[in-house]
Amino acid sequence: MTIARRGVWLLVLLGVALAVLAALPVEAQTAAQGASRDPAYRAFPVLGSRLAVWAVAQLHLNFAAFILGVPIFAVIIEAIGWRTGDARYDWLSHELVKLTFAAFSTTALLGALLLFLFVGYYPKFWTYMTSIFFPTYWIYAALFFAETFTVYLWYYGWDWLSGSRKWIHVGLGILSNLFGTAILVVANSWVTFMISPAGIDESGALKGGVWAAMYNYTWMPINIHRLIANIVFGGTICAAYAAFRFLGAKSDEERARYDWMGYIGNFIALAAFIVLPFAGYYLGREIYAFNQTMGITMMGGFMSWLWIIQAILIGILFLGSNYYLWLGMERIPGSERYRKYVPPMLIILTLGFMIWATPRSMVVTLDEARAMGGTHHPLLGFFGVMSAKNTVVNLMILTTFLSFILYRRANKIPTKPWVRTGMAVQWTAFAAAACVVVFYGVYGYFVESIVRIGFSVYQVVAVLGAIVLVMAIDIPMFKGARTTGQIRWGTIAPHSQYVLILLAVTFTWLMGLMGFARSGIRQHWHVYGVMRDTSVDAATPALGYAANVITLVTLAFFLLVLFIFWLGGLGDKGQAEAHGHAAPAIAAGRGPER
Amino acid sequence: MSFLRSRFVQAVLVLVLAFVILRFGIRPPAPWSVLTLYMAIIFMAVLIFVSSDRDSWRDFISPIWSTLVRPERRVLRTVLVIVLPLLMGYYAYTQAAARPQAPPELRAVHPAPPASIQLKGKEFNISGAENPLRKDAARLKEHAAKGGEIYIRNCVYCHGDNLDGKGHFAPGFNPPPANFQDPGTIAMLQEAYLFWRIAKGGPGLPKESTPWNSVMPAWEDRLSEEQIWQVIIYLYEATGQQPRRWEAGEHGGH
Ligand code: HEC
Repeated sequence: MTIARRGVWLLVLLGVALAVLAALPVEAQTAAQGASRDPAYRAFPVLGSRLAVWAVAQLHLNFAAFILGVPIFAVIIEAIGWRTGDARYDWLSHELVKLTFAAFSTTALLGALLLFLFVGYYPKFWTYMTSIFFPTYWIYAALFFAETFTVYLWYYGWDWLSGSRKWIHVGLGILSNLFGTAILVVANSWVTFMISPAGIDESGALKGGVWAAMYNYTWMPINIHRLIANIVFGGTICAAYAAFRFLGAKSDEERARYDWMGYIGNFIALAAFIVLPFAGYYLGREIYAFNQTMGITMMGGFMSWLWIIQAILIGILFLGSNYYLWLGMERIPGSERYRKYVPPMLIILTLGFMIWATPRSMVVTLDEARAMGGTHHPLLGFFGVMSAKNTVVNLMILTTFLSFILYRRANKIPTKPWVRTGMAVQWTAFAAAACVVVFYGVYGYFVESIVRIGFSVYQVVAVLGAIVLVMAIDIPMFKGARTTGQIRWGTIAPHSQYVLILLAVTFTWLMGLMGFARSGIRQHWHVYGVMRDTSVDAATPALGYAANVITLVTLAFFLLVLFIFWLGGLGDKGQAEAHGHAAPAIAAGRGPER
Repeated sequence: MSFLRSRFVQAVLVLVLAFVILRFGIRPPAPWSVLTLYMAIIFMAVLIFVSSDRDSWRDFISPIWSTLVRPERRVLRTVLVIVLPLLMGYYAYTQAAARPQAPPELRAVHPAPPASIQLKGKEFNISGAENPLRKDAARLKEHAAKGGEIYIRNCVYCHGDNLDGKGHFAPGFNPPPANFQDPGTIAMLQEAYLFWRIAKGGPGLPKESTPWNSVMPAWEDRLSEEQIWQVIIYLYEATGQQPRRWEAGEHGGH
């Protein structure tokens, strides 16, 4: 049995980890001898405590994001399969839960490791956090138990709860998501308290109930931001998994299946990704609202360079996911009609990317600065400010949406009598939204910033409005449309699969970077303004160092994921089986000509 | 013009054209760091363009492939084998050779201000502070005029008579004096922020991101509190910029 084999593997892993853990505090204690009896810190051997906590926290977060994000869309996909009776959705959902399940114990293990590191190496900090949050530990533990239990049932009960009992099964999926999200929300309260403490008196002691400490400035924005980002992350990792399986596939059938899975994963990631900037904006505002200095440190101070890197990564995500869609059009007969749209869309995305990544104050030599009359370029400087960034990011979102719309109709010819009107309205909606975005973008230069901030809301509403309107027309318009041919799943150009992997790596890296920003803005505080970091690591690391750490941890994450998926795949190696019965066939094209 | 239809030629043309436009079309010239960034993005886009469908990719690859293997392209091949490494070597040389110039610097745009500063022995709160002189709208003109005098007496040497950072001392300083006409300086800041910068100058900049190398003097001992607020009013009046205001309920967005 595969379960037994996996169990043995995990036990061995767990044993090694525990042995290491048990050895470490002893090591540290000997090192700390001569210090006071209750040290505030102990030193983690070789690496140092901060690096150890950083790496484990980031890894834990990556895994946690995965196992919380994936079930959200897994249950939606399962429900689609249940309502439409389309077996491939059920297969996919099961595949997704399988991945979640495989990553479950690693997540818990890393969480425990993180806890041990806190207790062992930051005892004073942990004692303080416990004095505030002790009641929530119990809630957390209970939720974790409930979550594990429901996911187990969900996974193992797949066949048992099929047929007329399917609704119970979907219900289990929903339930596990509720528990999962609750876990996220509780854990977020600890992290956000460290950034923007609330509900405490001058001495740092809890004033009222623990609720006041949980409900701090950044709690809600982080909850929302993380929830959405988890979906994006889960989507990209699943797409990368599918890409991996696609590239290693032996038969056309298998290739078709994983091509399809990759497409769905990317679609989910993209759909959630489009709203992520707005959630980030909300978080930024709340940080400013909590503490002006912290806001400036983040956006204008020494962290401002981080946003340039972030901009480049986000640009890559936009370009990459559009590229994938365009490559995907090739497997759809009839898509030739839309090829001509690719160059103009690419031009918009490229110009948008360039403006989006233009730094506010540039890296310049003295001569260049003289020629420019300052570190702000008189022309390019216009691209560095918020007005320009908001404008282009909204245009890039619109373009990406257009890519998707074209992809959707690639093999369809609508037969409804009102097609002309419908199309006209759709294009008008696109044009109108673009006009609103550009108008407010330009107008933003002529008003003071307090008014300008309001403009970004109009831009967002215009874009979201256009998206909703276009979809509302598109769905009925293409209902019962004539088709120009089946999608030939599996015939996509293989290099598209590397794009999927690139997107997953880029997003993981981006998450690490933003995590660094989130925790770096506390600077030399454990709990901002309340509990000072007096350890040897109190300095905020330089960006280059941080980038190296993030890269290494990202690498470690993918190695671990590879290992775990390999373990998970051992069971059904070679057999194209879902769970007991054969995986549904997906209309496959013949193997790609290479 | 049939060669224009070749994807390879198109790709090279786009790259060359983009470089020429960005390098020579932007005045004053864009810094190399930004130019490199732009060109990297365009290069990526060009690669996407040529490979976004199979035919186009084959079209793009074929001249490269034939240059590498076809016997009749032997001369071209030999030339490339010699020229390309030489170009790369030249590039490496330009990157490694020492130049009589300080290397480019990363500077934080606007460092975070302290929550409060000490001014003539008393505590002065930066966060949330408003310009007190704005309360009396009737005397605003008078304050601006006073501010103008203070500016001409103290600041013009560096920040320039057009407030564009081109005073006659300016060429001697790195970093150069701030250009107040630029939408990225005072237009993005609250008046309290300017107050801190003028009162404490370069020496008052925070420890992080040092060295600042700023020659901006600290004016706390030479100008009174009121005079500082006056010169701030002048800066905004003269440039036509608006200070960033605190949002309702002491919020501030960015
Ligand atoms: C010796 C030259 C010099 C003089 C005189 C001078 N400054 Fe400056 N100032 C600078 C330099 C250089 C900078 C840019 C470096 C920095 O930010 O510290 C600067 C920056 C500033 C800034 C910050 C702008 C920003 O965007 O962060 C303000 C405000 C300012 N100066 C106001 C004044 C005022 C008002 C006076 C006259 C009372 C004045 N300066 C006199 C050199 C000078």
